[in-house]
Amino acid sequence: MISYSILILWVIITIIPLYWMLISSFRDTTVSVSFKPEWFPSEVTLATYVRFLTETDALRWLFNSIFVSSVLTLSNVVFSSLAGYAFAKLRFPGRNTIFWLLLGTMMIPAQVTLIPVYIMIVNVFGLVDTYLAIMLPMFTVVGNIFLMKQYMSTLPTTLIQAARIDGCSEIGIFRKIILPISKPGVAVLAIFTFVSTWNEFFWPFLVTQSSSMRTIQVGLASFKFQDATDYGAMMAGSMLAALPMFILFFALQRYFLQGITIGAVKG
Amino acid sequence: MSAKPAAAATTNKFNFSQFIKDYGWCYAFIAVPIILFLMFTLFPVGYAFIMSFQNYHVLGSTWVGLENYQTMVNDDIFWKAMWNTFIFTVGTVPVNVAITLFLAVLIFPRAKKAQTFFKASLYLPTVASGVTIALVWFWIYDPTTAGLFNMFLGLFGIDNIMWLGQSSTALFSIMLMSYLTGHGAGIILYLAALGGIPKSLYEAADIDHASEWSKFRNITWPLLKPTTLYLLVTGIIMSFQVFMSIYLMTQGGPNFATTTIAYLIYTHAFEYYKFGLAAAESFVLGAVIIVASIIQFKVMSSDVEF
Repeated sequence: MISYSILILWVIITIIPLYWMLISSFRDTTVSVSFKPEWFPSEVTLATYVRFLTETDALRWLFNSIFVSSVLTLSNVVFSSLAGYAFAKLRFPGRNTIFWLLLGTMMIPAQVTLIPVYIMIVNVFGLVDTYLAIMLPMFTVVGNIFLMKQYMSTLPTTLIQAARIDGCSEIGIFRKIILPISKPGVAVLAIFTFVSTWNEFFWPFLVTQSSSMRTIQVGLASFKFQDATDYGAMMAGSMLAALPMFILFFALQRYFLQGITIGAVKG
Repeated sequence: MSAKPAAAATTNKFNFSQFIKDYGWCYAFIAVPIILFLMFTLFPVGYAFIMSFQNYHVLGSTWVGLENYQTMVNDDIFWKAMWNTFIFTVGTVPVNVAITLFLAVLIFPRAKKAQTFFKASLYLPTVASGVTIALVWFWIYDPTTAGLFNMFLGLFGIDNIMWLGQSSTALFSIMLMSYLTGHGAGIILYLAALGGIPKSLYEAADIDHASEWSKFRNITWPLLKPTTLYLLVTGIIMSFQVFMSIYLMTQGGPNFATTTIAYLIYTHAFEYYKFGLAAAESFVLGAVIIVASIIQFKVMSSDVEF
C-alpha cells in the first residue's frame, strides 16, 4: 500500500495549487500582514469576480478568446484533415518531399521565425490589433496535419477505391466517406486545438496593443502588473480563464486521455 | 491516385491539362497549409538568417556582416542566459521524466477505475493555461507569509524566503514549480507503452525468480526507451524555450538570475528593437536545439533492440 499512498500524496500536491486558486477566488483577498490562508472558506463572496469583471475588459477578453479559438479550431480541422487525407491516401508527384519538408521544419523553434513573422504581420500587412493578426500564423498547424495523416493512414483504402469506381468526385469521397469515419480523430484534433489556442499567450500578447483586443490570457497577464497585490481578483480571473477548459476536460475526458497517444511515437 | 495518363506513353511532352485533371485535387487539398507554411515558416527562416547579418530598420536595413554575432558572443548576459537555460534544462527535464516514469509504474498495476482517476487528476494542471499556473505560483511564492511556502516554513519557525526576489533562489523556484505541475501527458504515454509490453516476458522472469528491480531494469526500462526518448526530446525542446513563467514571475531578474535565452531574445527584439541581434541569438537557440535532439537520438537509439 506504500505505492498507493505515494500516488495519493502526489495527487494532493498536484491539486493543491488549483484548489488554492478555487477557494481564494471566493474570498475577498488582498494581501496584508494579518492575512491567513484558509483551507475551507468560512465565508463565500463573489466580490473578487465582480471586481475582475467590472474593473477590466474581462467580458470582451472572454469573447475574443471564444471567437479566436473557435475560428482556429474550425480552420485547423478543415485544412488539417484535407491535407492529412491527401498525404495519407492520395498519390501525387512531390508528395513525400513536401511532407518531409513540412515535418522537418517542425524542429525549428518558434523564436527563429518569430521576428520576421512579426515584422510581416505588423509592419508589412499593418495588422496590429486585429483578429487576423492573432489568428494567421496558427491558421493551420503542421503538427495537426501530421496527426490527421497518422490517423487516416489506418483507414481502409478499399472504400475509397470503390467510391472512385462508382464515379464519386474526390471532394465527395472526402466529405461522404473519409470525414464521417474519421470523427474520433477529428474530435481529438478539435479539442486539442481549442484548448491550445485558448491557452496561447505569447503571440496574442505580441500583436495586440489595446485592451479591447486582448485574449483572456493576455488580459489576465496584464492585470497582474496593474495591481500585483490584488491576489483575490487575480485568482478570480485565473478561474475564469481556466474554468471553460476544466469543464471541457471533465466532459470529454476520454478523448483527452486517448488523444495524447495518437500523435506520439509508437513504442 | 489514378493510372498514368495514356498520352504520356506515346509522347514525352508534359501535358498540363491532363496533369491538373489527374492531380489537381491532391494539390488543392494541401494548398492552404502549403501557402501558409511558405509564408510563415520557410520564408521567415530564410529572412531571419539574412536579418542576423543586418542592422534591421523598417526604412532600409544596413548590412553589418558578423557584427550581431560578435556582439552576442561578447555579451556577458548572453552567456549568463545560455548558462541559465542549460541549468534549467539539465535540472528539470531528467527529473521530470523520472517522476513521470515513477508515477506511471505505480499507476499501471491498478484497476481500470483507479487508473482513470490518477490519470485524470494528474493531467488536470496541464489543462489550465501557463498564465493561470504562473499566477497561482506567483502567489504561492509571495515573499510574506501570504505565500503558501512561507506560511508552511513559518510553522517550523523558519523566516520568510524571498523565493523569486533573490538571485540564489529565483531560478530554483521556477524549476521547483515545473517538478510539481503536470506530468499528466507523459504518464498517459508511459501507461500506453507499459500496456504494450508482452506479459510473457514477465512470466518468464518470474520462473527465473527475478527480483522486481531486475524485471524493471531488464524488461520494462529497455522496452520503454522510445517513450523515454520522446519525452526527453520534447522536454528539452520546451525547456530551451521557457519564456512565459519567466516573463510573468521574475521578468528575467533579479540581476539576470532567471534570464533564459528565449527571454533574452524577447527583450532584445521587442523591448530594445535590436531585431538583427535577436535573430542571431535565435539561430544559436535553433542550432542548440537541433544538435541536442540529434545527440539524444544517437545516444538513446544505439542500444535499443527489438
